[in-house]
Amino acid sequence: MTDTRYLAPQTLDEAVSAFAAAQGAARILAGGTDLLVQMRAGIATPGLIVDIKKIGEMNRITENADGSFTVGAAVSAASLSDHPRFGKVWPGVLEAVNLIGSKQVQGRASPGGNLCNGSPAGDSVPAMVAAGAVVTIQGPNGRRQMPVEAFPAGPGKTNLAPGEILVSFTLPARPAGSGDAYLRMIPRTEMDIAVVGCGVSLTMKDGVCTAARVGLGAVAPVVMLVEAAGKALVGTRLEPAAVAAAAAACSAACRPINDKRGTIAYRTKVAGVLLKRAVAIAAERASRS
Amino acid sequence: MSKMHVSTTINGEPMEFLCDAHDSMLDALRGPLGLTGAKEGCGTGDCGACSITVDGRLVCACLMLAVESEGKSLGTIEGMSRGGDLHPLQRKFLEMAALQCGICTPGVLIAAKSLLEKNPNPTETEVRFGLAGNLCRCTGYDKIVRAVLETAAEMRGAA
Repeated sequence: MTDTRYLAPQTLDEAVSAFAAAQGAARILAGGTDLLVQMRAGIATPGLIVDIKKIGEMNRITENADGSFTVGAAVSAASLSDHPRFGKVWPGVLEAVNLIGSKQVQGRASPGGNLCNGSPAGDSVPAMVAAGAVVTIQGPNGRRQMPVEAFPAGPGKTNLAPGEILVSFTLPARPAGSGDAYLRMIPRTEMDIAVVGCGVSLTMKDGVCTAARVGLGAVAPVVMLVEAAGKALVGTRLEPAAVAAAAAACSAACRPINDKRGTIAYRTKVAGVLLKRAVAIAAERASRS
Repeated sequence: MSKMHVSTTINGEPMEFLCDAHDSMLDALRGPLGLTGAKEGCGTGDCGACSITVDGRLVCACLMLAVESEGKSLGTIEGMSRGGDLHPLQRKFLEMAALQCGICTPGVLIAAKSLLEKNPNPTETEVRFGLAGNLCRCTGYDKIVRAVLETAAEMRGAA
């Protein structure tokens, strides 16, 4: 372990070069709340640690002129909470981020790291999926973007190509009448890993739902966008039948595992229950936006 | 591989130390810096016994690399009392017996101070959520929560 090197580049180009040159022996350090635990357990033994927090673009929250937000991959949950505007525009994303660990963990942990960790149960990811966030990635072959739901590849795996680094999330501009919400089921009130997580983002106009996206976590090998659930809501007034159809679509999309946190049957049922509750919260927020 | 040289500020004092790249901040505090107030409970960010602040932000020292403290301003339990005067939280914890074995206490105090700086008038629920990252196996938390609420009331009265 004594041969670990540490690098804190000021520019993204420098970070990408060093990361790619290390050919898989390097790990990116943002908040470190996963990496340091893995290093301590001997699961990760990086030859090089590339700390991305000194790179301006990766540590910044920007509300763009068009109303979209760009959130750097290293921005901590606590910084996102402190931002005067982010939580007003995206309360559901923020509440998901604020469910990650304790205040101490939130002081360092980032939504970027939450996504790159590849856990099917990462709390911020379903909310980002519902929000329609797009991630920007940079690697030896330049920059590319993908929808956040295309990023996870399986438990602990992502679709980053070798040498690529997650740079930022871009959350789209919010039309009037929009709201989002994230709910997770855990058997206690705080400090636990999702049994099911459900993010909903919707837009209402004259009482009719004009756009809806649903992200589900902890019920499949990856966090997923449930398009059928969104479709079941669009064009409706969110009447009970429409919400029940969306809930059924969520349950139908589940491909969960049995484990100590919950059974397949339980997770499948709860996915629909959380959808109904999250829709109600998102709709209430939409009515005030 | 040679050691890395780090210059940082701890409790307002400039400090320098040497570390390996993989050393945690907790390793550095308890080792070369000789500041053993922050405790190692779990080493994985679950127990909060190593809570410190970094540029005013509450973090677990075990989840931060020592080398990351370069140029930062850290706050540890050693800096909580001033010139022998206990911080109101420390005094109230003693008065109300909000500790037993004391291992978690430095972390609880740092986290509670951070909480009250952000929210001088927390509800009991807010205190419980705010301190959810600090595990205590002795007190059952009730005395801790009451002491924090009492301190908050006293500090509001004094302000």
